[in-house]
Amino acid sequence: MSRRESLSERMKLSWRKTPIAGVIFEPGTAVEYRTGDWRMEKKPLINQEKCIRCLICWIICPDVSINRLQKPYGKYEETLEVDYYHCKGCGICSAECPVKAIEMVEESRVVA
Amino acid sequence: MSRRKRSYKTQGVVSYLGEAPKHIGKIKASSQIPGAYTGDEAAAYAAKQCKVDVVAAYPITPQTIIVERFSDYVADGEVDTKYLYAESEHSAMSACVGASLAGARVFTATASQGLALMHEVLYLASGLRCPIVMAVVNRALSAPINIHADHSDMMGSRDCGWIQIYAENAQETYDLIIQAFKIAEEETVQLPVTVNLDGFTVSHATESMKVLSDEDVDKFLPPRKPIFKVDPETPITVGAMALPEYYYEVKRQQEEAIQKSKSVVKTVGDEYGKFTGRRYGFMETFGLEDADAAIMCLGSTCGTVRSVAKDLRAKGKKVGLIKLWMYRPFPTEEFLSAVEDLKALAVMDRAISFGAPYGALCSDVSSALQNTGMDIRILNMIYGLGGRDTPPTTVRDVFDEVLKTAKTGKVKERIRFLDVRD
Repeated sequence: MSRRESLSERMKLSWRKTPIAGVIFEPGTAVEYRTGDWRMEKKPLINQEKCIRCLICWIICPDVSINRLQKPYGKYEETLEVDYYHCKGCGICSAECPVKAIEMVEESRVVA
Repeated sequence: MSRRKRSYKTQGVVSYLGEAPKHIGKIKASSQIPGAYTGDEAAAYAAKQCKVDVVAAYPITPQTIIVERFSDYVADGEVDTKYLYAESEHSAMSACVGASLAGARVFTATASQGLALMHEVLYLASGLRCPIVMAVVNRALSAPINIHADHSDMMGSRDCGWIQIYAENAQETYDLIIQAFKIAEEETVQLPVTVNLDGFTVSHATESMKVLSDEDVDKFLPPRKPIFKVDPETPITVGAMALPEYYYEVKRQQEEAIQKSKSVVKTVGDEYGKFTGRRYGFMETFGLEDADAAIMCLGSTCGTVRSVAKDLRAKGKKVGLIKLWMYRPFPTEEFLSAVEDLKALAVMDRAISFGAPYGALCSDVSSALQNTGMDIRILNMIYGLGGRDTPPTTVRDVFDEVLKTAKTGKVKERIRFLDVRD
């Protein structure tokens, strides 16, 4: 069962099986809540050619929505990607990127 | 007239309880030490013997002696308790919630405005299922400012999800606080409990009573075993937001816990009875085996009512008393079986529920009677606000009226305001 399914399963729990006092006994479950649904209009898009892997966006993202993937790209050993399930589209990464590699684009733009 | 017939008839004091189960309470207290205590001192002494881990409190008349005595115990090294001097009752209760979630046994005490200031946090304590025990020394609420007894403070927080117990005197305050910890910490309950005692009448009056030895209290009340706690070793999230998808289920579960706590209250009351010879439960009744008319009330007034009822019964009047210990959860079934043969019942409320059809206790009584087919005339008496004395003559008046109502079946006044200047 994936984490997303387990969340929706949990939402169907009867009051008898709901954990006492609404306590969450498992750590790190916030990841199951897809705050990316809150994003309005624009989303960040990383230009892999321009990106210098300085990791400023990875540090400053308030929603921990920049993922470091072990996927070589050109001379770099890793690739940075946006986690659109959790990115709220605040645009801080785009504003802070020293090489202007992150552009805020229309939500409807298909990301390859 | 259709009356529900029940298996257990009422007999004498604490009559509704029936036979105590044989398997409960094999142990007995080794000795009981007589002494003179005020209600407040009795509360502090009980908390001390219950070996509470944390007390966070703020002093307020007429609760002050409780926290004074307890800080003496701390200063004298008689207890191993962390005492937090909070800057307000709101902070005091917040600290209690935190400590309780960390697995501590927690005690606090307040009164009147202090309870009102705690109001917000009371719901956190019950919602987060913290088995805190709090002595509430009942006092009127401002305005006008007043320091004397009535039940406006606790009735104002009636729906906060706490188990609410009312004590008649210092002895009951002591006994009920010890039982309160046992009830609150029971695995299926996990709810906070208030033990209410009337300001000054009980809190500051010295009475002769009996206390248990420390070893006996230890035998009766083992250390708390939290079913969950905030602990860095095994991280959990407490107090997470619960939006429309979850909130209702959590609250429904809380309601089930407080309703189901009735069986625990009964078991603990029976156990304490076997242990000390003083048996507790939901309510104590007097004279109901043949009474036509009765008075129902909470707290210290029950003593006056019992005394007047004894006199009247000696003169052949069929009157009785229902003294409710357990106000929340309201013991509906037990109440109904206690009143099944009554013709009229006067319910005495020591607080006004402004604009309501009845006072708080009377509202509960009349809704408990709803749809049962019992034909009992209900009179609501508001009395003793702001510490207004309720002498035996007033109680005799009430008995006269309720006897008249029992005879004629006619209710003269739905609500009467006793002893108010006209």
